[in-house]
Amino acid sequence: MTTFTDPPSESFRLSMLLNDTRYRSYTFQFIALLILIVMMAYLGMNLVRNLAAAGLNISYEFLDQPAGYDINQSLIDYNSQSTHMTAAVVGIINTLLVAFLACLTATLIGVVAGVLRLSKNWLVSKLMAAYVEAFRNVPVLIWIIIIFTVVTAVLPGARAYLGEDPEYDLFLGMMAFTNRGVYIPALIWGPGSGVVAAVFVASIFGVFAYRRYARNLLFETGRLLPMGWPSLAILIVPSLLVFFVMGQPITMDMPDPLANRFNLRGGLQIGAPLIALWLALSIYTGAFIAENVRAGIQAISKGQTEAAASLGLRPNRIMNLVVLPQALRVIIPPLISQYLNITKNSSLAIAVGYADVTATLGGITLNQTGRAIECVLLLMLFYLVISLSISSIMNVYNKSVSLKER
Amino acid sequence: MTDRNSQIVAFVREETIPQAPPPTAEAGVVKWVRVNLFSSIPYSILTLVSLYVIYAILASFLPWLFNGVWHTSNIRECREVLEGATGGCFSVLSDRWNQLLFGIAYPSDQYWRPSLAFVLLFGALAPVLFPNAPRRLLILTGLYPFIAFWLVWGGTIFIPLMALAGVAAGYLVYSRYVADSFAMGAAGGVATAMVVWWIGGFVTGATEGVLALEAVPSRDMGGFMLNMILGVVCVSLSLPLGIALALGRQSSMPIIKWICVVFIEFIRGVPLITLLFVANVVLAYFLPPGTNFDLILRVIIMITMFASAYIAEVIRGGLAALPRGQYEAADSLGLDYAQSMRLIILPQALKISIPGIVNVAVGLFKDTTLVSVISMFDLVGMIRGPILASSDWNGVYWELWLFAALLFFVVCYGISQYSQWLERQLATDHR
Repeated sequence: MTTFTDPPSESFRLSMLLNDTRYRSYTFQFIALLILIVMMAYLGMNLVRNLAAAGLNISYEFLDQPAGYDINQSLIDYNSQSTHMTAAVVGIINTLLVAFLACLTATLIGVVAGVLRLSKNWLVSKLMAAYVEAFRNVPVLIWIIIIFTVVTAVLPGARAYLGEDPEYDLFLGMMAFTNRGVYIPALIWGPGSGVVAAVFVASIFGVFAYRRYARNLLFETGRLLPMGWPSLAILIVPSLLVFFVMGQPITMDMPDPLANRFNLRGGLQIGAPLIALWLALSIYTGAFIAENVRAGIQAISKGQTEAAASLGLRPNRIMNLVVLPQALRVIIPPLISQYLNITKNSSLAIAVGYADVTATLGGITLNQTGRAIECVLLLMLFYLVISLSISSIMNVYNKSVSLKER
Repeated sequence: MTDRNSQIVAFVREETIPQAPPPTAEAGVVKWVRVNLFSSIPYSILTLVSLYVIYAILASFLPWLFNGVWHTSNIRECREVLEGATGGCFSVLSDRWNQLLFGIAYPSDQYWRPSLAFVLLFGALAPVLFPNAPRRLLILTGLYPFIAFWLVWGGTIFIPLMALAGVAAGYLVYSRYVADSFAMGAAGGVATAMVVWWIGGFVTGATEGVLALEAVPSRDMGGFMLNMILGVVCVSLSLPLGIALALGRQSSMPIIKWICVVFIEFIRGVPLITLLFVANVVLAYFLPPGTNFDLILRVIIMITMFASAYIAEVIRGGLAALPRGQYEAADSLGLDYAQSMRLIILPQALKISIPGIVNVAVGLFKDTTLVSVISMFDLVGMIRGPILASSDWNGVYWELWLFAALLFFVVCYGISQYSQWLERQLATDHR
């Protein structure tokens, strides 16, 4: 009786590279690598020849030269003498600003719309369905332009707020909605305001500490402390006290209708492009988030709700303690990719003239310097860094929740 | 017994009483309204608020819609007709209808060509989309790319004919050798098609103007037609590419896997607009000096790459969702990689991924409006550029933008409804 311990040892033949599965994968990979290298070399050679023909080179020196253009909305110091580098940074900050604002409001809108769409109220759920379908099925670019048109065409000019007897009064005496943007009071941080801010931050931690204490007390003794008004009190009262003790160090700079005959002075102006982009992105993405929220809630089996109800929980407790914690596991991964979409869609700012990074680095800087390759490369690099870091956060989160899964 | 009963009990009903109708509050419309709209005080408030919202929208929208003006040649005439009353100047739509659909430069006596191609599209898509459609229509599906190209771009009929001949020859070679080895069949097919196309290049050069439709250069395409062209072409091209990328990402060969991973993650990490910038200003640097292929083709390449990365991720999800047993069953039948993928894995994985693919397709179709940013005149570009900038229609925002929104809504909502229908059709599990 013969036993086969080893496969018959043959000597290596060249045909085995094609016919033997042990070696064929090497052949394929070699061919793929070869094609890739040849393609890269071909493109690279073309690039070198084209650049030589145009008398150009790849260089990033233009970043240190003065940009020579103005940016209407900037959170850091910028004027037309600043460098292209500063212009790009202004753009990056603006991108992050609008993305951050839109993420907040889109989540709010999306959660409300998603929950309301599951409401037992027929009219409300149909209204939410109409909202979701209307916004999901029309390009975001069209929505951005429509909302920009609304903001600039429907709102009155700044002049309507001016003078002794204005056409419109300031909203709550402090805000003006004009077609150039929204004017809100600006905070002026006087001496001693740092203490107030520090107390406020400390009281936020205080709220968390109180809630944890109440929770532990509930689990250990079964005694339920009130949650709502003590949290609010802890949040507000100490800051208010310190604010008055320090002699009201924080004051507000109101938009002043009387200071100037042509425009509102004072306050903080949020430009119309930012408002339009912010609104459009949050309403558009809110529709997608609403669908994610709905899917997440519906993914929780009805037995969970029924079990909670049979334990005697009230409907809002069922939502808060049983359904939502489980639904979040389903909702959060698509939610984060919606945040990613907001960041990427904010590049459409160029359509309404908001100075985000695509408009400064990829728009005006590119056109002025003619450094197309460098600008587009930097632009892609920025978005890549953002996306990859967000998706790595998502991977970490996915790992942390998948451990708890059954 | 009855006698005794009649003595003990005062009254016994002998027959059942007829069923009474439910109380008014528990039946029909009243019950529906009470349960669905006014079941509790918060719900009632919510209902009233919703009613007010609907009223506010309709009160401003309906007069504008029904009081609209359809036949004037510019905005001043329209405003004269309206005399200050609320009403839409829809005459911009009738006046610029052809521009909105076909762009500014497409020859007006040739509009029947893209229209015919659009109608034929439904015939070509029917057998793919609906399992019950007559199978013979598949012939039209196979021929459609060539017919549509000829109709939209024009030129001699020999260009699409030669392209078709190349594909046919390649397919013949492929089907002859695929039984031996998929790799050999595919390589042979591609090589044959290349040879035929190369020969065809001389034929089309020699037969310029034979059976020719008026040639229309790509830069003359515009309007909603451009969105349709980009959407249809890029989705159909990105499907095979996406499948290949998804399989590559699942592959056990590290080099191929990493090429696919880097490609997919790179494309998914950047916004489409930067890729369009690449198509517009950068791509020319990477081509041989002196080549000049047109913007629409460069844009198609970039959008196809963009869509294929997203489709690859959707299909990867489908591949991962298949039970491991399917892969093992295919292996144990002795099928090689290509056979097991073609016959066992992909048919099931693609079926699972259909909703995701449709989502990507809808998103991609919406994203075709982004080409207006690199100054191509698609529907959005037409409205923003030639129409709103003209002195005739400067200021007619609502009519135009809502029309554009409506066009996209009809198409995208239609596609997503189709996908839901198909999902129900394909649901073979019993729940």
